[in-house]
Amino acid sequence: MNQLPILTILTLLPLLGGFIVVGIQDKRIARCFALGLSYLSLALALALWKSFDATNGALQFVEKHEWIPTLGVQYFVGVDGLGLLMVLLTSIVVPMALLVSDRITDRVSLYHGLILFLQAGLIGAFTALNFFHWFIFWELSLIPAFFLVRLWGGANRAPAATQFFIYTIVGSVAMLLSFLAIFHAAGKMDFIELAEMGRNGSLAGALSTNLGWYGLNSKPLVLIIAGGVLLGFAVKVPLMPFHTWLPSTYAEAPTPVTMLLTGVMSKMGVYGFIRVLLPLFGLQIGGERAQAVLLTLVVITIVFSACAAFAQKDLKRILAYSSINHLGYCLLAVFAVVKFTNAPEFGTEKAAALNGVFLQMFNHGLTAATLFMFVGFIEQRSGGVRGLNDFGGLRKTIPVFCGLMGIALFSSLGLPGLNGFIGEFLIFKGVFPLTPWAAGLSVIGILVTAIFILTIIQRVFAGPLNEKWAKLPDLTLRERVLVAIPIALMFVLGLWPRLVLDVINSTAVRMVEQLKF
Amino acid sequence: MAWIVKNLWLVPALPLLAAGLSALVPQRSRKFSASLAIGSMIGAFLLSLWAFAHALQHNGHENAKEVFNFAWLQFASGDAGILKLGWVLDPLTAVMLVMVTFIGTLIFIYSTGYMAHDDNFTRFFTFLSLFAAAMLGIIISNSLLLLFMCWELVGLASYLLIGFWYHKPSAAAAAKKAFITTRIGDVCFFLGIMWLYHQAGTLLFYDNGAGCMEQTALLKMVTQTTYFGLAVSAAIGILIFIGAMGKSGQFPLHVWLPDAMEGPTPVSALIHAATMVAAGVFLVARVYPLMAVHMDGAAVETAALQAVAWVGAITAVFAASIAVAQNDIKRILAYSTVSQLGYMMMGLGTGGVAVGMFHLITHAFFKALLFMGAGSVIHGCHEEQDIRKMGGIRNFMPATFLTYAVGMMALSGFPVFFSGFWSKDAILHAAHGWSVSHLPFYLGVAGAFLTAFYMTRQMALVFLGKYRGEKSQSPRHHAKSPLVVLKGVPVGGENDPHESPRSMTMPLIILAICAIALGAIGTPAWPWFQSFLGDHHGEGFTYDVIQLMVTSTLVVFAGLGLGLWLYGRKQRNTVDEPDVLEKLPMGMHAWFANKYGIDELYEMTVIRFNAWFARVCATIDEKFLGILVLLLSYFTVALGWVSNAFDNFVINLGFDQGCERVSRGGKLMSRLQGGRVQIYLRVIGVALVVLVLFLIWGGGK
Repeated sequence: MNQLPILTILTLLPLLGGFIVVGIQDKRIARCFALGLSYLSLALALALWKSFDATNGALQFVEKHEWIPTLGVQYFVGVDGLGLLMVLLTSIVVPMALLVSDRITDRVSLYHGLILFLQAGLIGAFTALNFFHWFIFWELSLIPAFFLVRLWGGANRAPAATQFFIYTIVGSVAMLLSFLAIFHAAGKMDFIELAEMGRNGSLAGALSTNLGWYGLNSKPLVLIIAGGVLLGFAVKVPLMPFHTWLPSTYAEAPTPVTMLLTGVMSKMGVYGFIRVLLPLFGLQIGGERAQAVLLTLVVITIVFSACAAFAQKDLKRILAYSSINHLGYCLLAVFAVVKFTNAPEFGTEKAAALNGVFLQMFNHGLTAATLFMFVGFIEQRSGGVRGLNDFGGLRKTIPVFCGLMGIALFSSLGLPGLNGFIGEFLIFKGVFPLTPWAAGLSVIGILVTAIFILTIIQRVFAGPLNEKWAKLPDLTLRERVLVAIPIALMFVLGLWPRLVLDVINSTAVRMVEQLKF
Repeated sequence: MAWIVKNLWLVPALPLLAAGLSALVPQRSRKFSASLAIGSMIGAFLLSLWAFAHALQHNGHENAKEVFNFAWLQFASGDAGILKLGWVLDPLTAVMLVMVTFIGTLIFIYSTGYMAHDDNFTRFFTFLSLFAAAMLGIIISNSLLLLFMCWELVGLASYLLIGFWYHKPSAAAAAKKAFITTRIGDVCFFLGIMWLYHQAGTLLFYDNGAGCMEQTALLKMVTQTTYFGLAVSAAIGILIFIGAMGKSGQFPLHVWLPDAMEGPTPVSALIHAATMVAAGVFLVARVYPLMAVHMDGAAVETAALQAVAWVGAITAVFAASIAVAQNDIKRILAYSTVSQLGYMMMGLGTGGVAVGMFHLITHAFFKALLFMGAGSVIHGCHEEQDIRKMGGIRNFMPATFLTYAVGMMALSGFPVFFSGFWSKDAILHAAHGWSVSHLPFYLGVAGAFLTAFYMTRQMALVFLGKYRGEKSQSPRHHAKSPLVVLKGVPVGGENDPHESPRSMTMPLIILAICAIALGAIGTPAWPWFQSFLGDHHGEGFTYDVIQLMVTSTLVVFAGLGLGLWLYGRKQRNTVDEPDVLEKLPMGMHAWFANKYGIDELYEMTVIRFNAWFARVCATIDEKFLGILVLLLSYFTVALGWVSNAFDNFVINLGFDQGCERVSRGGKLMSRLQGGRVQIYLRVIGVALVVLVLFLIWGGGK
């Protein structure tokens, strides 16, 4: 292993950078330093993307060192197509968020330091393959996020941050307990080895022989442990009914933090489902009764969140619910895939669904972050007003803003030609043959999404001009350049999805092949 | 492969390029964007002619469908994981291409006059070009996915153009209504695509025998049955047809189309009369093999085709009856469009591709003509759209009057000289011979009578009699319009109606010629059009055909006569006079005028339910779940305290220090931000305790 430990560098760079930034007194220098570091990370992530062998779906850039041998702890990192995509997404969204952080004037150094810590946590969580340090990074991303919401958030930030923290900590604790039980039973913390055990059934066996608990026989015990892991991820995505922290957190967090929360942190949950839960407990959550429950929950998530978005009056809350809705499609595909783990005749459908999930994760991260960025722009101009009914006729005063945000909105709606469509198409292509009823009900979500997105356009952009905003300034050149990049990406990915698909396809195919029990 | 087949993508690419470029130029580059749009359309038209000539040459070959397919992306391993897109050149494509580019060019030219004073002139041409590109994309698609993508883009362009005057709340609402109503259909269409993809393994229509509209795949789908005993092919066909119903304004998804008249009139002409709304008909024609496939020896009419025929027939007469009682010049035409689209569907369902498509083509010309004529009238009458406030316009706008009369005759199906007669008769003939039921035929005949009647009513109220507009009214929108000084126009008072500029009347004249001449290509004596589209059983003027023609002629004359008798003989004198039809028994006129209350019905049911359900979801979320979570969190915290205290007393050795450290950390944190984090940290501490307990417990066994 003579190659550069690029994943370690990618993780440590923001971590160490964060410590340095916190110590810098001068606001401007701290800001520039943080930005510079985020650009450097982006460059490294792009280099990683470039040197990734797309024909090979296995883990690459692997670094593995013994750490605490008695506890089975190793320092073990590596990425496949999915991890790579998420690292790239993180490295794109962080500079976007930092660039719109110029409104933060209070404790600038601490703020930028915390964002860098968050980045380190995210990249660490997307690359770590041993539970021990994976969990450290998982929590490392939570703590800065909590303080970012708590210290720089809106008027109701305190309860929102508390709710966010409690929810995620409960999920984390449940997951930690489950993993300690797993470690106790199997003596391993290595995801890859555990996945192998999950596949050949020895994990469930080990759990039931090594853990006796109130005389529970093996099946419910394994289900409880799987449920603990599931809860940890379900809160993060979120899956209803573990979602109530999300709207208020997204609404109260400062815009750049919301961009990170929805753009990247929400993907950690989906990532966890695919990387950890599916390989380890595919058999358990793929069981008929678990499936019925999970698929029902996910359909409810998709439809309810879209409908709830329609009833909101705050732009940020609308987008927050829309975020739940979009990630719901990811979980729909994940659950549909796991239902048919032992059906080789559905290989194409499962690969389509997984590829769709990967694409949807990336595209949603890009689009949702951009949309929140636009809301941030309008909030900045209106002095904090961001109600659905507070505006009207803005196309007349700020046409460029409306045009560009319109593109992002239509991308979120899933218009073909923009990035949102192809992920949803592949998901439904995969899911429809697997669970027609769930797919059929979930398209209601697509319809309602169109309704609330067009309502935003109707109320905010169209109609007679609200005289109060007659002098609103349009996007500055800097802001235009800033949004032009993600919007250009939306077009490119919408028309030429191969750019991403060719890199992730082998990973999806490999995962489908490996998901056999 | 011929050059034109390989490069057919250029046809939509040209307007797309124009749209992209003019989206980037500033608003003041009016000339640039208009000439770019028109130039690209002319280019597309020339290419379409080339493609048409190629298709003509190729016609009669065994394989008249030439395709070009390419891999777009790969989403799984192997061949099944390659998603291909492509385009096809066949007679259907060729005919539609020429029609759309030709009418499109004319309407683009017309728009330079109509929109000359609009602030967002540049944007208008951007959207028009985008529309043209997407529409042409639908036509050339050889993949249902590519077709669907363009289909959605067409919906977007339509949305943008209906809401073009975005400052009008009615326009913004109409745009949203259009997009969402069509999207209801599209969601079913989407499911149909998924199902078809699963069954056929491909979404390419034609792929040297492996396409989803070719024998192998069709046979596979027709031999399986699904819910309600439907063949899978028919079920998929019906799902796709629901998409077509949305876009083509078929009952009960027609409600958006009349509201779409909020858009500028050229938009109504191009999108909501001639081309886009016909996309649904085109879609059915494109997937006709799927709809029509049936088991050997089974009943000849498949469920899918029956659905098409019935929906079409009901829509045809339903919309025509509404048109009878409308007073807005554009709304009458809008309902007439809905009704005519119903005829096309009926033609497809009962007679096949050629019958439906022939009416689509002729209708595109005369309906574009009528809408542009209406636009000219509206323009001339200072943006007035109420026909009760018009009258006598023939004296002010002779060119518009004459061309409008041609369009009206064609739409009414006036015998022999007008194209509408031939295409409508073909549909009635097909419906007459339909094996399932004769009812669609009678509905069609009733619709024909109503069509002739309402068009005569409109004609009489707008062009005959005396001008009823308010002459003394102060000029509103177009007082500064240079149009009033055009030569050869009887310029009356300053506020009198005036003829439109050359850029608007020239397209009218060209379309009027087409509205007459096009009939010649599809008469029973020389059914060239039908045989070009692959329908080879022309019958000539048999006894049946002539008998039917006489019948329909009589029906049309009855409609014309009644219209003239009621509205032409004695003109209304004032604007407020009640309509003659209000004397009809049982409040029929009110039903017609209120569109059978369908909008209100939806308002009361679907829309209210949607809003109610959204509120329920939000309330469940905020109140119920929120409180539940809050309680849970309090409960957890309380449990944490109790547990902590318990631990301190019971196991106060090893863990005391641990808790101490945790609480010191908590104090540190709380100094950082003064919140109540120590509580949660304590929760973690407790959790750790529980965990250790658990491990000890489990490990003991």
